[in-house]
Amino acid sequence: MEKMARVTTALGSNTISGCTMFCHLDAPANAISVCRDAAQVVVAGRNIFKIYALEEEQFVEKLNLRVGRKPSLNFSCADVMWHQMDENLLATAATNGAVVTWNLGKPSRNKQDQLFTEHKRTVNKVCFHPTEVHMLLSGSQDGYMKCFDLRKKESVSTFSGQSESVRDVQFSIRDYFTFAASFENGNVQLWDIRRPDRYERMFTAHNGPVFCCDWHPEDRGWLATGGRDKMVKVWDITTNRAKEIHCVQTIASVARVKWRPERKYHLATCSMMVDHNIYVWDVRRPFIPFATFEEHKDVTTGIVWRHLHDPGFLLSGSKDSTLYQHKFKDASRPVDKANPEGLCFGLFGDLAFAAKESLISGGGDSNRKPYGSGGDRRYPIFFFKKPDLTEQFAHESSALSVFETDLESSRMDWFVKTARRYLLSGKPFGELCDHNAKVAKELNRPQVSTTWTMLRVMYSDPGNLATATSISKGGSIPLMNSFNMKEIAAGGLGSESRLDRGKGEIWQDTIHLDPGNSLINNNDENEETEGSEGPADYLFGDAELEDDNLYPMEHENPTAEEAEYSLPQEAFPLRHEIVDNPSVPEHLQDKVDSPHVSGNEAEAVCLTPIKSFSLISISQPLYESHLPASFFSPVVREMLQHYAEAGDVQMAVSVLIVLGDRIRKEEHWYTSYIDLLQRFELWNVSNEVIKLSTSSAINCLNQTSTTLHINCSNCKRPMSNKGWICDRCHQCASICAVCHHVVKGLFVWCQGCSHGGHLEHIMNWLKSSSHCPAGCGHLCEYT
Amino acid sequence: MLKMSPVTNSVAASEWNRAAESSPADTDSEPVCDWRKFGSLCSRDEKERAAALGVLSGTVLAFLDRVAPARAENGAVKDGTPQWERESPGGGGIDKAMLLLLLRLSRNCPFRDISEKTSQLLQTAQERGVQIPQALGQGPSFFIPVEEMVEEGVVQPILREAFVSLGRLDHVTMVMGLHTEYLACFLRTQHSLLRLDGPLPYPWRHFIAIMAVARHQCSYLVQLHTAEFLQVGGDPQWLGGLSCAPQKLRNLNELNKLLAHRPWLITKEHIEVLLKPGGEGCWSLAELIHAVVLLTHYHSLSSFVFGCGVNPEPDHEGGHAFRPPSPCPTDSPRGEGGGSVPRAEALCEALMTVPSPQAEALYDSKRLPLASVSRFVEDPDFGYEDFTRRGEQTPPTFRAQDYSWEDHGYSLMNRLYPDVGQLLDEKFQTVYNLTYNTMAMHSGVDTKMLRKAVWNYIHCVFGIRFDDYDYGDVNHLLERSLKVYIKTVACYPEKTSYSMYHAFWRHFRHSEKVHVNLLLLEARMQAALLYALRAITRYMT
Repeated sequence: MEKMARVTTALGSNTISGCTMFCHLDAPANAISVCRDAAQVVVAGRNIFKIYALEEEQFVEKLNLRVGRKPSLNFSCADVMWHQMDENLLATAATNGAVVTWNLGKPSRNKQDQLFTEHKRTVNKVCFHPTEVHMLLSGSQDGYMKCFDLRKKESVSTFSGQSESVRDVQFSIRDYFTFAASFENGNVQLWDIRRPDRYERMFTAHNGPVFCCDWHPEDRGWLATGGRDKMVKVWDITTNRAKEIHCVQTIASVARVKWRPERKYHLATCSMMVDHNIYVWDVRRPFIPFATFEEHKDVTTGIVWRHLHDPGFLLSGSKDSTLYQHKFKDASRPVDKANPEGLCFGLFGDLAFAAKESLISGGGDSNRKPYGSGGDRRYPIFFFKKPDLTEQFAHESSALSVFETDLESSRMDWFVKTARRYLLSGKPFGELCDHNAKVAKELNRPQVSTTWTMLRVMYSDPGNLATATSISKGGSIPLMNSFNMKEIAAGGLGSESRLDRGKGEIWQDTIHLDPGNSLINNNDENEETEGSEGPADYLFGDAELEDDNLYPMEHENPTAEEAEYSLPQEAFPLRHEIVDNPSVPEHLQDKVDSPHVSGNEAEAVCLTPIKSFSLISISQPLYESHLPASFFSPVVREMLQHYAEAGDVQMAVSVLIVLGDRIRKEEHWYTSYIDLLQRFELWNVSNEVIKLSTSSAINCLNQTSTTLHINCSNCKRPMSNKGWICDRCHQCASICAVCHHVVKGLFVWCQGCSHGGHLEHIMNWLKSSSHCPAGCGHLCEYT
Repeated sequence: MLKMSPVTNSVAASEWNRAAESSPADTDSEPVCDWRKFGSLCSRDEKERAAALGVLSGTVLAFLDRVAPARAENGAVKDGTPQWERESPGGGGIDKAMLLLLLRLSRNCPFRDISEKTSQLLQTAQERGVQIPQALGQGPSFFIPVEEMVEEGVVQPILREAFVSLGRLDHVTMVMGLHTEYLACFLRTQHSLLRLDGPLPYPWRHFIAIMAVARHQCSYLVQLHTAEFLQVGGDPQWLGGLSCAPQKLRNLNELNKLLAHRPWLITKEHIEVLLKPGGEGCWSLAELIHAVVLLTHYHSLSSFVFGCGVNPEPDHEGGHAFRPPSPCPTDSPRGEGGGSVPRAEALCEALMTVPSPQAEALYDSKRLPLASVSRFVEDPDFGYEDFTRRGEQTPPTFRAQDYSWEDHGYSLMNRLYPDVGQLLDEKFQTVYNLTYNTMAMHSGVDTKMLRKAVWNYIHCVFGIRFDDYDYGDVNHLLERSLKVYIKTVACYPEKTSYSMYHAFWRHFRHSEKVHVNLLLLEARMQAALLYALRAITRYMT
């Protein structure tokens, strides 16, 4: 023991040496602490309490403090701390609520010195004062912190956090009287040790428990906290309000955080669960750890830098019953393995992609042309970060490529127009379908239009279907189909070879590919058609992607098969063998009185627009009246599913609404359609959809956030009660600022100055004047 | 306020499905009933409800027109079975199911307009000579007199919310309605588990729920979730029993068994077996977590159902009888099958106030394991055993400090199933801190010690010990009868009896007893969850 006390105490970092090494403990460790001279380390846990000497190449067990045949729970340690002034003094926090101090100078085997059993619950943390020998602080699950003077038998002061459990307490290294405490409810409190009645300051640091905090060894105002919300935050508390200056997002809840000595921006963290590594972060570079130690096989429970002034060695204890010394030089550097790449979508669908220069130019593809070297548009913006000598990060230069979308192709016009013009209710079913079919047709969406028509045919009362409908569409113009855009973008990125082509080209290219693929995949039975259609592909443009919606529907709907089958009429003769699709069950065919689409009819219509490829001609009900409408339900359901999966929820939901109770609902389509509508600020349509949906859960969307918070126009205070009388100034709050009468009905008011009045009055007023009619001087705006 | 997120279903849908289940033949031929129109019954808008009610009554009256005259010709009822049920004429979609829907709405609907209208319709039906079902049992709980439950006039908004979003106001919700603060958390969690995005398909979730509650022979929840299972598109064949379900679900059975009865036996090997890739029915970690939460949720919910003596729903088996309300004694011997039930109903009423052996016997008789429940159970003899038994090697105690929900459980959960981790955390906190500072007739009492004693006792029963708790407090604060009750409800809830419930805390309010049950539910769930999560953690490391 005497020898131990006399190990070198010099502060020069050259005295510390060693290598990465470890030793097995008998039991999982909960905490470790190191002696001031960095020569010994104490490991404490539920079933372990030992001191190890740190030698050049190994740990040597010096002392087992856990004595007695059946050690009491006082030995079950949640935390341990070695005094930084006195080599013989240790304190432990026991899980049963005891705070125990140990004196290594005692001659007996049992080194237990003092026992404080004042806490009612587990003590989570003990902390010695950095410069005061006799002062010990403890924080417990019962919500109290206690300060002990080791010369007395009991605590000298008790601090109540007024909340749930205390997870960590730390004396400030620079301010003699200050300590920080972190709590399970996410707060951090700063206390003055002389004032046990009330905390000095409190701020909410994390969402959920704050497991740990650590004062910066040099910068007196910096406090690092780590929480269950997987964040490490660095706070500057010199200002009036604690200010978050850095934030590191880790991948698991943060159990411990320790500043690295001699490195202002570095700190080490380990996690509570799941992740076993120890990370050293540069807080200015919060995305990738500066260094990682990956030795442990179970969660790391305690980390400590070996010496106050040496950044080169880190000690750690773990649940896997090992104690490690990590040499910083042996740490793995994740940065070295990372490929700096960035990808981002712009507001208008542009795509920016930055990658390491070597990666971009290193590829063998001749198609690749980074923008810097002569694309059709240059981005002469270069950012150079000034190299900071203190940062130990390698500098990378990247090439930035920007891909522009063809604005036209990504426009959502059709969506907005369709949403506006569709009729969803208020007319008989057939008329709604017809109307919507017309809308779709005018917007050049033939598939959708066809679908509407077919729905009408399927579900209308056969008797009403007296008039023959015959629709043909010109489908030659590529559609602006933005739902497909997403797919295309994804496809484009996946296949790198196309990445660097000029603007618009990417889309074009992918379009050529995708329709082909999907058609072939989807239409086994129609392959012959595909073949002949091949050369004319370009005619379809984006629309082709949607075109395949038709096919699955067709062969799943055998009765309607012959009538609705729409053939591409690309200047080749109608292929009748397709009509005789073998998949049509015989008996169903028999049921149908007469196959209606005779070749003649079809050809007659298609003669006029040469490029039209889709045609429907119905001269009679497709089925006999005994075939119920519900017969189609499964088919239609699948069709809707298909639309929704292809991204066109608009279609799916509109059909659902128009069909009403003819079909079962899919709720999440509603929510996504409503979401889309609201993004396009189509509030009226979205409200209509909400209202028309029969699902209660959607209906109730209308009832959320229907509260308006208004201020009284007299006293400018919030109106708390219902009704129109302000309960503070007892004036009627809804006086029109123009005519000074009470407003009943539509009331418009300025959110800036709380004045307002009749909608018309205000509109008129603001046409002529830009100031508030009440004369308050506010520049109101009416939009 | 409680935020209800969208739900996928409506009452009527379940009704229809049930109808479809009973007579699958006529689903296609009939323009399938009108269940969709009733969807707006659960609307907040009075007008919409009125419209839906109009449709509903129209349908019922049309049905009566069709059925009642026919009955008159055929000469009333034979054998007490409604004639249309056997012959299944054109209106197959609406008969029994329709009447039960009416009955349920008339009994348990927080909207007065609906309950009045539906009971009126039922009366009309009766006047037309149709035998209408009578609800058995008074109120949502057998243990708690109806007067103690929330007055129907002042139905809380949260119950309305529950009705609007779930399409039914079940008895569990009503009983929990005594503690609205908790109910909000509970519904949010349950909703998220069953109806929001998650790794498991919807029907699976309900099937897992059925598997879980079947371990405790809780026919109430089995029926509830059977209906929901079908409603979300589950394969009716699975309901034939565990053996009809896919292998993957059957693999879960072992874990289910352990979690239900002896969670401390769960080891990392159990997890390994389920997650082992390649084999048939391999689970992913995310799915497994979802399943584990569902299992523990429903195990402990069945504790609640038994602990509070929740009555069957009016439209459930055992919740109604197609019999005149107060039969004359001469009538009953003739009736077969359900003959004793109306008498029971009378008994119920008479005995509601005074606990007596008969009442207890009556209550217990209802709890006999039904075939419909037991087919979801394998190895039914596996049950709870004391954690520490004399003379045996005791498994190591679970130290709460080494693996706690706050530190470890939550972190793991949050990683694998983020939203639910948060919700569970809120729920545990709410229940742990729930207090009204009252105790029997005293107010302004700090009940923290008592609540903690209950919580820790339950954890102790499952082998979880706190280093910093003096277990002498448990003996000191909890009387023997309460301990018996707690242990029964937590470990073998199906054995809970009427007398047990009445034996403890005689002067306490019923709402306080429900409070104990909430603590029980959550403590039990947390205990089982901790064991499962610890095993998963060990598997992952």
